[in-house]
Amino acid sequence: MSLFSAENKEAFVSPLNLNNPVAVQVLGICSALAVTSQLEPAIVMGLSVTVITAFANVIIALLRKTIPNRIRIIIQLVVVAALVTIVSMVLKAFAYDVSVQLSVYVGLIITNCILMGRLEAFAMQNGPWESFLDGIGNGLGYAFVLVVVGTIRELLGSGSLLGFRIIPEAAYECGYMNNGMMTMPAMALILVGCFIWAHRAINKEDK
Amino acid sequence: MEHLISLFVRSIFVDNMIFAFFLGMCSYLAVSKTVKTSMGLGVAVTFVLLVTVPVDYLLQTKVLGPDCLVEGVDLSYLAFILFIAVIAGIVQLVEMIVEKFAPALYAQLGIFLPLIAVNCAIMGASLFMQQRIEMDPATSSQAIANVWDAIAYALGSGIGWLLAIVGLAAIREKMAYTDVPRPLQGLGITFITVGLMAMAFMCFSGLNI
Repeated sequence: MSLFSAENKEAFVSPLNLNNPVAVQVLGICSALAVTSQLEPAIVMGLSVTVITAFANVIIALLRKTIPNRIRIIIQLVVVAALVTIVSMVLKAFAYDVSVQLSVYVGLIITNCILMGRLEAFAMQNGPWESFLDGIGNGLGYAFVLVVVGTIRELLGSGSLLGFRIIPEAAYECGYMNNGMMTMPAMALILVGCFIWAHRAINKEDK
Repeated sequence: MEHLISLFVRSIFVDNMIFAFFLGMCSYLAVSKTVKTSMGLGVAVTFVLLVTVPVDYLLQTKVLGPDCLVEGVDLSYLAFILFIAVIAGIVQLVEMIVEKFAPALYAQLGIFLPLIAVNCAIMGASLFMQQRIEMDPATSSQAIANVWDAIAYALGSGIGWLLAIVGLAAIREKMAYTDVPRPLQGLGITFITVGLMAMAFMCFSGLNI
């Protein structure tokens, strides 16, 4: 069996669009909404979830034949919690500002439904390499939604991207104003709602 | 006493789990189809919060904090693993107790009861509690200084969550009769509804108690 067979490619590509964990499966919404008021934390959060999903998938796939069925949830939680602890420490050491911005939402990756969903649905039945690709694919699918929503909110809410000013000063002098509503929690919900709307309208023929 | 009441009211309206922090969103969206089941889930979440947050508070202050267990050792990096273990254990316990003493409620809640273990609202409340221990109760009405504060915070957050899910379920029951564009149906419109509810709740943010 080759490393990049059609099945493996499918496991990697389908969560990016057609089977997107946020827009289609509605998993991991909590953190997707909370960290997207700016682009930078959204990217960091997306990458953290990608890394954790991929490695948790690999570890569970390696252990899958030895885990007793009755206590598998606890084992999955412990594996995920250990990985999240490591990621949280790395963030504190190398990206302290972002980790302060993300605050409790790094810890909440433990209870992110994407992780538990992929571990239950994929890693318990498949080998480590397929699970790794599946984890990366789902993490990137999640990160994609975060980046889209984060870009819109930061651009319209504070007129900048990644902290750099995008909308020129002249526009403000002509009376342009930042939409403060965009930085509020409520707009995150409405934007994700619109994202799902657009996603479903585009992919309509596949259903 | 004043601090307790203000903490309680704040955590229902201002720091609402759903509308301010998006915690417990997955089960919030999945279970809010009818008022009856959402009420049951809300009560169960409130109860689990009420038990886990004080237990996690005691763990954090008596075991994990700096110099608590061993002089000069700060174990708080173990908080994630310990908190999730406590939550999973207590949910299991609650499940067994409810099954024994209230079989009718147990049958009604079904799969949602064990799923509370991975509800981010529970874990989130514990993590916020951990942050708030360091605040000064004299200056901040969010501070959690003792175990009673932790209980008030847990109860308030639980009731806030209950309020949010029952409200959404009631709206969705009515919305079943409206004509929504096809791609927006179901999830999309629910998100937008929650967004509008969150906007309404934003007017509490000036509340000063």
